[in-house]
Amino acid sequence: MTTLENREALRSIRSSFEARLRDSKKKLISLCAGSGCGAYGTAKVYDTLMEQLAEHNLENEVEVKLSGCHGFCEKGPIMVIHPEGIFYPQLKEKHIPDIVENTIKNGDLVKKLIFKDPATKKKITYEKDVPFYKLQQRVIFGNNGIIDPTRIEDYFSVGGYAALEKALFDMSPKEIIDEVKKSGLRGRGGGGFPAGRKWETCAKHHGDRYVICNADEGDPGAYMDRSLLEGNPHSVLEGMIVGAIAVGSNEGYVYVRHEYPLAVTNFSQALESARKYGLLGKNILGTGFDFDIHISRGGGAFVCGESTALMASLEGKPGRPRAKYIHTVEKGFRNNPSMLNNVETWANVPVIINKGSEWYASIGTEGSKGTKIFSLVGKVMNTGLVEVPMGTTLRTIIFDIGGGILKKKKFKAVQTGGPSGGCIPEEFLDLGVDFDELTKVGSMMGSGGMIVMDQDTCMVDVARYFIEFLQDESCGQCNPCREGLKQMLDVLTRICHGHGREGDLELLEELSDMVANASLCGLGTSAPNPVMSNIRYFREEYETHIRDKKCPAGVCKPLFFYEIDQELCTGCTLCAKRCPEEIISGEQKAPHQLEQDKCIKCGICYEACMFDAVVVK
Amino acid sequence: MENTVEIDWQKMDEIIDKYQSNREALLMIMQDISDIYNYVPPEVIPVLIQKLNVPESLIYGVATFYKTISLEPRGKYIVSVCTGTACHVRGADKIMDALEERLAIKEGQTTDDLLFTLEGVRCIGCCASGPVLNVNQETHGGLDRTSAVKTVDSYS
Repeated sequence: MTTLENREALRSIRSSFEARLRDSKKKLISLCAGSGCGAYGTAKVYDTLMEQLAEHNLENEVEVKLSGCHGFCEKGPIMVIHPEGIFYPQLKEKHIPDIVENTIKNGDLVKKLIFKDPATKKKITYEKDVPFYKLQQRVIFGNNGIIDPTRIEDYFSVGGYAALEKALFDMSPKEIIDEVKKSGLRGRGGGGFPAGRKWETCAKHHGDRYVICNADEGDPGAYMDRSLLEGNPHSVLEGMIVGAIAVGSNEGYVYVRHEYPLAVTNFSQALESARKYGLLGKNILGTGFDFDIHISRGGGAFVCGESTALMASLEGKPGRPRAKYIHTVEKGFRNNPSMLNNVETWANVPVIINKGSEWYASIGTEGSKGTKIFSLVGKVMNTGLVEVPMGTTLRTIIFDIGGGILKKKKFKAVQTGGPSGGCIPEEFLDLGVDFDELTKVGSMMGSGGMIVMDQDTCMVDVARYFIEFLQDESCGQCNPCREGLKQMLDVLTRICHGHGREGDLELLEELSDMVANASLCGLGTSAPNPVMSNIRYFREEYETHIRDKKCPAGVCKPLFFYEIDQELCTGCTLCAKRCPEEIISGEQKAPHQLEQDKCIKCGICYEACMFDAVVVK
Repeated sequence: MENTVEIDWQKMDEIIDKYQSNREALLMIMQDISDIYNYVPPEVIPVLIQKLNVPESLIYGVATFYKTISLEPRGKYIVSVCTGTACHVRGADKIMDALEERLAIKEGQTTDDLLFTLEGVRCIGCCASGPVLNVNQETHGGLDRTSAVKTVDSYS
């Protein structure tokens, strides 16, 4: 590895790796090593694969890549065999010998391992035909499955650092900012503020300017930033360097969650290799431009996603936000102009520079350009990371890409925007998702979490869950947030416990109004959103809790009981076998009984029953 | 709880030197110390005050503000049950119930033998594989009550 001293050196190394990828005759096995697949055991699968390849003397015939997240995390660990693109999901060590023997050695498929689409039950051999991928447009996320995130050479081979080259040699800082402005890129971290305008303001203010990447992905249910940092760290890094050129910064920071150790490792490695090639450090590519990046690890505080809190935390203090009379683009980190964007926003930058603002702005809707990565999770068949153009409907995302609701249950709502967002009911399924449309229906984009809820999700419990989260995460500086959320939680908890009173909904609305209007920072002002949107669309469910003391979804334990429907029960005995309290009895092939007074409402029988005979009353 | 850790002072110096005694790195220094002892032992605090030139109040402020830092001893294995939204709707509370029962402690507590600490954590970013839990830095996904108990048992 040698330092690249000028433009030509970067060009030649990039084209040599591009050619190597293009001309490679070897089979390439890409095994997902993202955190999702890792949780299902990629490491063991990899070890077995290497052993098997060695046993068949195939180590030199085949290239194995531990790639970043492919997105279809539900089906992990995932393997794709190129050039054909054969897709093997949900692998275990025991499957590997078959794959090596048949597919790698003889070119035959292992039929039992081929992906079966849960929606249509059809077998699908190639990755490109899997409905989950087919309907996506993977502009930002696409390279994740092809490259090894720990090798900068892999990033070169897919055209990496071409945007840096263009920004350094062919564009003035003002032209870069104009390009980002024209692209219509809006911040992917939550608020959706136009990125170009932020850059422009930052460049105007004097001082030691800082470029900061917010990787404190705190929204529970969203993990696209983790997957980008882990799977394609150089794309984020390249975006940051371009940002630094645009505003004239020599120092950058990445603030990443302590909970994401692999992201820290992979990004540190990316920094190291970029330094070795001279893409970071002094006199980058001989232009005289100096820039380097440090990593700072957060400590598990949600509020640190807020810009001023994040910068306080970077300074080694408790992450408490301040009032933003003066914005961080003017006085932020160390009281200097600071340009903060989140991971996904930075990863969009090289694409905009490479392909041009016009191309970028042709994707998406009037007010929201480009694609967005959503983390589609919860009670949906195909969970994972989904990248689609802005404006794609909720129905397409949840039913066509996501394959619909698990276990053929009924869709109830989709929660977007994390703890600051809201729940969107069925009537808005045809809504084209972008920043403005989501706000119109009382939710928000947030960082792109999409948590699907079915008939078994209690909306009051969901509201209680979010308020509990937020009051726990409130930094405690300002009264409205600290005390208001505590009061809201008390009211919601008593409703869930069956002690709800008439007037509680009005009280919640009044408290929401106060917290939203009087809190200091974004955490407080947006905190009532989940409650407000929830009451707006699911008022009836709240009233059932308060007046009838019933929880129709069967979540709030004091408000329901399980009963075995004597007509539907076939006497299969499954529930009796699984019941941890051993309180279900009955003869085989005869309806069973459940002893109400001893039931702990764990729900195991309800989930086990294949005949819908265990019912919530 | 009786505190019995031996502090490796040389290691402590190495950690502080790694960050060039930078006071802005206070949180990361404490996290690195936690990675060794699973908490920040009170003996190291005077050293931090002196080497980083920070007031004691700031150290306590930072240590109590951030969830990843504990001033109390914790177990050898930290079991973090993800209670993020996606895991919540897929039944994270049931996993927590089962583990509370199995380890005979409540969320936030440590077993008497200092082997396990049970915690709820807000999203570990494996939302598609929920419910998930971490034991130290290893992630286990697609759990139910039985497999969660089995997973934790495998560490004892």
